[in-house]
Amino acid sequence: MSTRIDRRFVVLKEERRAALVTFVSAGDPDYDTSLKIIQGLPKAGSDMIEMGMPFTDPMADGPAIQAGGLRALAGGQTMKKTLKLLKAFRADDDVTPVVLMGYYNPIYVYGVEKFLVDAKKAGADGLIIVDLPPEEDDELCIPAMKAGLNFIRLATPTTDDARAPKVFKNTSGFVYYVSVLGITGTKAPDLKSVKQNVNRLRKHTSLPICVGFGVKTAEQARVIAKDADGVVVGSALVSAVEKSLNKQGKATAKTPKAVHDMVREIAKGVRA
Amino acid sequence: MTAIPNSYRTGPDEKGLFGIYGGRFVAETLMPLILQLEQSYKNAKADPSFQAELDDFLEHYVGRPSPLYFAERLTEHLGGAKIYMKRDELNHTGAHKINNVMGQILLARRMGKKRIIAETGAGQHGVATATACARFGLECIIYMGEVDIARQAPNVFRMKLLGATVVPAKSGSRTLKDALNEALRDWVANVEDTFYCIGTVAGPHPYPEMVRDFQSVIGKETKVQMMKREGRLPDSLIAAIGGGSNAMGLFHPFLDDASVEIIGVEAAGHGLKKKHAASITGGKPGILHGNRTYLLMDDDGQITEGHSISAGLDYPGIGPEHAWLHDMKRVQYVSATDKEALEAFQLCCKLEGIIPALEPSHALAHVMKIAPKLPKEHLMVMNMCGRGDKDIFTVADILGVKL
Repeated sequence: MSTRIDRRFVVLKEERRAALVTFVSAGDPDYDTSLKIIQGLPKAGSDMIEMGMPFTDPMADGPAIQAGGLRALAGGQTMKKTLKLLKAFRADDDVTPVVLMGYYNPIYVYGVEKFLVDAKKAGADGLIIVDLPPEEDDELCIPAMKAGLNFIRLATPTTDDARAPKVFKNTSGFVYYVSVLGITGTKAPDLKSVKQNVNRLRKHTSLPICVGFGVKTAEQARVIAKDADGVVVGSALVSAVEKSLNKQGKATAKTPKAVHDMVREIAKGVRA
Repeated sequence: MTAIPNSYRTGPDEKGLFGIYGGRFVAETLMPLILQLEQSYKNAKADPSFQAELDDFLEHYVGRPSPLYFAERLTEHLGGAKIYMKRDELNHTGAHKINNVMGQILLARRMGKKRIIAETGAGQHGVATATACARFGLECIIYMGEVDIARQAPNVFRMKLLGATVVPAKSGSRTLKDALNEALRDWVANVEDTFYCIGTVAGPHPYPEMVRDFQSVIGKETKVQMMKREGRLPDSLIAAIGGGSNAMGLFHPFLDDASVEIIGVEAAGHGLKKKHAASITGGKPGILHGNRTYLLMDDDGQITEGHSISAGLDYPGIGPEHAWLHDMKRVQYVSATDKEALEAFQLCCKLEGIIPALEPSHALAHVMKIAPKLPKEHLMVMNMCGRGDKDIFTVADILGVKL
């Protein structure tokens, strides 16, 4: 069973280039603006979209993404609205893969079975759930795979050769390599160690490997894209949302464009 | 249906679960570290020299055993059950928190970790951690919510005197849960050299088990002391619960003694229909900070802010073993409001010459509710888990007294 993610990587392989994966918080800073942002991402050069499901306590995220999630929640975002947003995006775009990314509690409370059905129906292709390591695969990973959704796992610098097989066992779609020890958007990736680690992880998996956490410029993307199958940009885009807001913290006419301009710029890196 | 187990003291299982509660819900970066910690703790637990070293520090540095004190005037005043207090407020640093900290810091030393991080609410766990770090020459970073820093100024200064760096948690509600988030974020970024010293019986496995084991010294001593004083087991145990470490420490050694009634008292804040911090009474199961347990949250799974007069109880969750003991109905979980705790605080000062912390004042508030209705031969033990010096400013403020 192939998902939009699998199909997109086949196309990219033919184009001989890496994917640009873009993360935005669903509903940041409000539902309507967020929809405009997401709708414009593919045209700006995004090959794949990660939609953050906001959570009050995002323990693996740095200040930028924390703030983005809280803005969305303050704007009334809920899990239902996140799925509605995805459905609205799918009305015009049936090819760009969308991965829902977040933490387990809002899904657990929504109900795992109901969430999987509703997410699939809304047009999701995969899930990245930060606080579900392979030790907790029975919770969501196995049910998600049965429901036809990719369960994308994070691999980190601490995922050594002994642990890698366990991490990749039930992974599908792609592998998300976290390039730094730390939270999102705080440290710049050490490009040399990224190359080493990506090559090391290839011994354990034939899945595409995307690299993220701390990527902010086209140049970083260009260097990472030489070794990886995809580059993930998140905090930089969420910060672009923040910088475009007015004094009351509300969206302005510039908000979607601020994100799209940055995507266009970084996309040059993967297409160089 | 869950059958009544042969023992309530065998958990957690190999996945770190107490029934459905507990587990290891953490980011992949932390997983190898948590597995390593689990192994190191297992080894230490099996090594008599580790326990001997811990016992030595508990006796000569912490001041254990703490007395089991017969609260004669409170007993007379309430006119019912015979009330004993387990005096863990007499420990070095003024609370039960140091029992666990000594254990974890000795473990950190065995693991060769040089940098210690911890979260703190009321500041008692932060002070205990800063104390042990000073004693062993370890770097110490304490995360504390900005709101708590303001209401617990004396403890902040204590930590600084002890050489710790106090970092304000400025995200979310800026209280204990956010301090925990910040500590976890620090840990993810510094996995190589850092040991995370969690202050309560929560967090990813093996923390709930490990902290419980270190705090169980409270209940073990109580058992021996009560046998010596009265020649039999107590009839009831009462302790306050935020995350639940002092309560678990007192309760755990008694869980299989069916005759002992066990009661945990959560913080009802302004009242259960208003803002409170009673996770079991007013929450539902969810996942936060590495474990599944009862949490305060909205219908969308967003964590809500707890409220209690006591910064130490102001946490929207509770240890997973408590969640399980609640479901199994072995422990009864009740609550006391800010107002009730404050009344108990004042009564204890006047009748017993003991200024209790606001945390155990919640347990006292429940003692005041039930003791009068019980017979005189009923033996009740309440955990006096902290002293109230740190709270006098909060209390003065509420009573309208200017210091």
